[in-house]
Amino acid sequence: MSNKELEPLQDPGLPAHAHRKADHDEAAANRAERQVAILFLLSALGTVLFIYSYIFIENNLYIYIPILGNQHAQQLFLGLGFAIALFFIGAGAVHWAKTLMSDTEVIAERHEMRSSDEDRAAFIATVKEEAGAVGLGRRSLIKRSLALSLGLVGISPLLLLRDLGPLPEDALNKTTWDEGVHLVTDPGNRRLRPEDLEVGAVAHVLPEIEHPEHRSLNSIAKDALLLIRIRPEEFRLDAEKLSWTYQGIIAFSKICSHMGCAVALYEQTTKHLLCPCHQSTFDVPTGAKVIFGPSARPLPQLAIKVDEEGYLVAAAPFNQAVGPSFWERKK
Amino acid sequence: MRAARERVAGSVANFVDERTGAAKFLKKSLNKVFPDHWSFMLGEIALYSFIILLLSGTFLTFWFVPSQEELIYNGSYVPLKGVKMSAAYASTLDISFDVRGGMLMRQIHHWAALLFLAAMVAHMMRVFFTGAFRKPREMNWIFGVALITLGIVEGFLGYSLPDDLLSGTGIRIAQAILQAIPLVGTYAAFFAFGGEFPGLDFIPRIYTVHVLLLPGIMLGLITVHLMLVWYQKHTQYPGPGRTEKNVVGYPLLPVYMAKAGGFLFIVFGVTAFLGAVASINPIWVFGPYTPTQISAGSQPDWYMGWLDGLVRMSPPLESHIFNHTISWNILIPGLIVPGIMFTGLALWPFIESWATGDKREHNLLDRPRNAPSRTAVGAMAITFTIVALINGGNDIIATHFSLTINQIMWATRISIFVLPPLAYVITKRICLALQRADRDLVLHGRETGRLVMLPHGEFVEIHEELSPEEAWTRTSHEQLAPIPAAGIDANGVRAKGVLKDRIRARISKGILQEQIAKPTAKDKLEIGDGHH
Repeated sequence: MSNKELEPLQDPGLPAHAHRKADHDEAAANRAERQVAILFLLSALGTVLFIYSYIFIENNLYIYIPILGNQHAQQLFLGLGFAIALFFIGAGAVHWAKTLMSDTEVIAERHEMRSSDEDRAAFIATVKEEAGAVGLGRRSLIKRSLALSLGLVGISPLLLLRDLGPLPEDALNKTTWDEGVHLVTDPGNRRLRPEDLEVGAVAHVLPEIEHPEHRSLNSIAKDALLLIRIRPEEFRLDAEKLSWTYQGIIAFSKICSHMGCAVALYEQTTKHLLCPCHQSTFDVPTGAKVIFGPSARPLPQLAIKVDEEGYLVAAAPFNQAVGPSFWERKK
Repeated sequence: MRAARERVAGSVANFVDERTGAAKFLKKSLNKVFPDHWSFMLGEIALYSFIILLLSGTFLTFWFVPSQEELIYNGSYVPLKGVKMSAAYASTLDISFDVRGGMLMRQIHHWAALLFLAAMVAHMMRVFFTGAFRKPREMNWIFGVALITLGIVEGFLGYSLPDDLLSGTGIRIAQAILQAIPLVGTYAAFFAFGGEFPGLDFIPRIYTVHVLLLPGIMLGLITVHLMLVWYQKHTQYPGPGRTEKNVVGYPLLPVYMAKAGGFLFIVFGVTAFLGAVASINPIWVFGPYTPTQISAGSQPDWYMGWLDGLVRMSPPLESHIFNHTISWNILIPGLIVPGIMFTGLALWPFIESWATGDKREHNLLDRPRNAPSRTAVGAMAITFTIVALINGGNDIIATHFSLTINQIMWATRISIFVLPPLAYVITKRICLALQRADRDLVLHGRETGRLVMLPHGEFVEIHEELSPEEAWTRTSHEQLAPIPAAGIDANGVRAKGVLKDRIRARISKGILQEQIAKPTAKDKLEIGDGHH
C-alpha cells in the first residue's frame, strides 16, 4: 500500500460566515431590539405578580385549577411570578446574544499542556538542588521521623470523634421484653386478652411501661411486635416454638430482619407478612420463615403466655437480637 | 453623557489594574474562545442548579430547626394538630404552611436537587460517550465522578432532614448498611447515631454535613473543575476547520457571557415553575417518623433508586463464621457493587488508554459511533443501572401494570446479568452499522429519491454528493490499530511481563480490530461521480 491510498479527505476549513438579517438590515435589528425589550418587560410583570401575591393573596385561599387540582393560591402565584420574572430575563439575554451580538466564530490556538523541555529540565534541576540543599536524601533520620509523626498526627482527629457515641456493648441484644411484661396496643396502650384478637386478626403491640408518654423512639425501634392469630392447627412449628404461642396467637418482632423497616403489611388469606421496603416476605404459620426477598432470617419470635388475670404477657425475653444483622450478632 | 460613562469605566479599570495588574490577564480572558454545542449546556445546567440549591437552601435554613427533640405540633396544618413530632418535622411543616413562599422554596430546592443530579449524570454521559475525558482531562473526570458521588450523598442527606415517615425509613436503611460493615460496622453506626437507632443526634449532625461540609467540598471541587476547563480550553466536536491544535467558537465577551448568564436565569425560571405547579415530597402526607410505621410504596429519590433496586433483588445470603455475622445481602448490593461501579468510573480514562495504548492529548471529541467499544461499555453500564432502577420501583410497577412483585424481581434478577452484555453487543453493532452508513454517504452521497430513466431503459436514483464540510466531519477521525502482541523475541526468549502484554493485546484487539475503514481520498476518486 502506498501512502496515497491512505490519504484522508482534505479539511475544507472553516465555512464562510453566514450573516444574519439583523447584521445588515437596520429595520431587522430594531425589531430584534424591541423583541428583547418585550422579553425583559415580561420579566418585570412577573415580579409585579410576585409582589402582589406576597402582599394581597390570603394564606388560606385555595383555588381549583384543572389538572393540578386544588392549589394553594398564594404559593402558586408567587411561584408563577417568580418563574416568569427569572425566565424572561434569561430569554431576553439569550435572544439578544443570538440576534444582535456578534456571531462571528473565532479561532484560537491551543498549546500542548506539557511544559517545554527546557522548563521541565529547569524544574527538575531546581527540585534536585533544593532537595539537595535540605539534605533529605542524606538525612534519612529526619525523613523517617517526619514520616512517622505525620502518620501519627492523623490519629488525633479520628480519636476526637470517639465521643460521638457510646460503645455498642450489649445494647443491640436487649429489648424491654422480659418475663411478665404486659403486651399493650399501639396506639391505645391497652392491655390485651387473647379473646380481643379474632382468628385472622393482627395487632400492633408494644411492651407496657410506667410512663408511656415518655416512650423513646429507640425502644420502640426494638420493642415493636406484631401479634397475629391463626387457627392453632395451622402452625407448622417445632415443639419449642409452638410452646411460645398461645391459642393460635403468635408474636413476631415487627422490625425487619433485613434492614429494620416496619414489617407492617399482613396478608390475611396467604398468612404472609411483607416488608414494604425491600419486599422480604415471611410465612406466619412456619414461624415467619423467609419465602421471598432479600432477608436471610425469620423475624424473631417472642414467647407469650397469659398472666393470672388473663392478660397476654411475654413469657421470656427475645432469644436473639431483633432488627438488621450486625457483625457481633450470634447465630 | 457617553464620554462621562467611559471616563468612569476607565478610571475603575485603572484603579483595579494599578493595584492588581489584572489588565493583562483580563484582556486574554475576555477574548477566551468557547466552542458552541447544545450538549455543552448539560454541565452548565448542573452548575446553575447548584447555585439555585445554595440560594434556596440558605433561605430554608432560616426557619428549619435541625433537632429531634419531640414537641406537640400546633401550626396551621390542621390534620397534624396535636400530634407528637420532632422539631425538625414541625419546622418543615411551618416552612411549608406558615412562611410565605416557604413551600415554593422547599419545592424549588427539591426540584433543583433532582435537576442537579440529572444534569450531572447527563453531562457525565456526554463526556464519556464523546471521549472528552481523555488526556489531558483525566483529572477533571475524576473531580466530576467525585462531584456526582458527593451529590448523591448530599441529596440523600437533604431529603432525610425533614424527619418524616418516608425519610426516616431511608435513614433506617442507611443505618442498616452502616451496621452491616464487617468488624467496625456496629461501632460506626453507634458513633454516627450517638447510640442506637434513631437516637436524637442524627438529624443535627447530618444538617451540618448537608449545609456546610459537603457544599463546601463541592464548591471547591466545582471551582477546580471549572478552572481546569478554562485552563485546558474546552474540547470541540470534529468539523471543518477544527483541529487538535485550535479551538473554534465564540469569545467570552459578550456572546458567551450573555448566553450563559441568560441560561442561568432560564434554568432558575424553569425550576421556579416546577416549584410552583408540581408538588414534590409532600411530607405532611407521610406524617412524622416512628419506627413502627411505614407507608406502602416507599420510594427514594431517583438517584438512589438503582441502589434500592439492587438491595431488593439481592438473594438472601448471610454467613455466620466464628460467631460473627456477615450480611452479604446488604454488603454486596449496598457497598461492594456500587464501590466497584464508582471506582471503575473514576479509573475509566486510565483503563481505556491502557487498553488502546493511546497516550496522546485529545482536544477533538469522538463521535460515539467512531469509538464503538467505549460506546458499548457505556450502554452496558446504563442498562445495568436502569434494570436496577426498575427493580427499585417494583412495587409501584406491580400495582400499575398488574404484575406480581415476584415476577418483576425474578425478571430483573435475570436481566441484570443478561441484558448488559446484550446491550454491549447490540450497541457495538449499531455503531459499526452507523460507520458503514457514514462510509456509504461519503462515497455515494445522499439518496434524493429522484428516479431517472436512462436511454436504455434502466432506472437509477440520483445521489447527491455530500458537501466537502459534511464529508470531512464524517472522515476526520483517526482509526487506531490494535496493539501488536508482544512476547517471544527472535531468540525465543520470553519477554518480562509477557502475560500482562498478551492480555492487553487481546483486549486491544477486541476493542479496535472491528472497524469500518473510513473512505480515503483514493476511494473517493475511484468512485468518481457515478450515479450509484
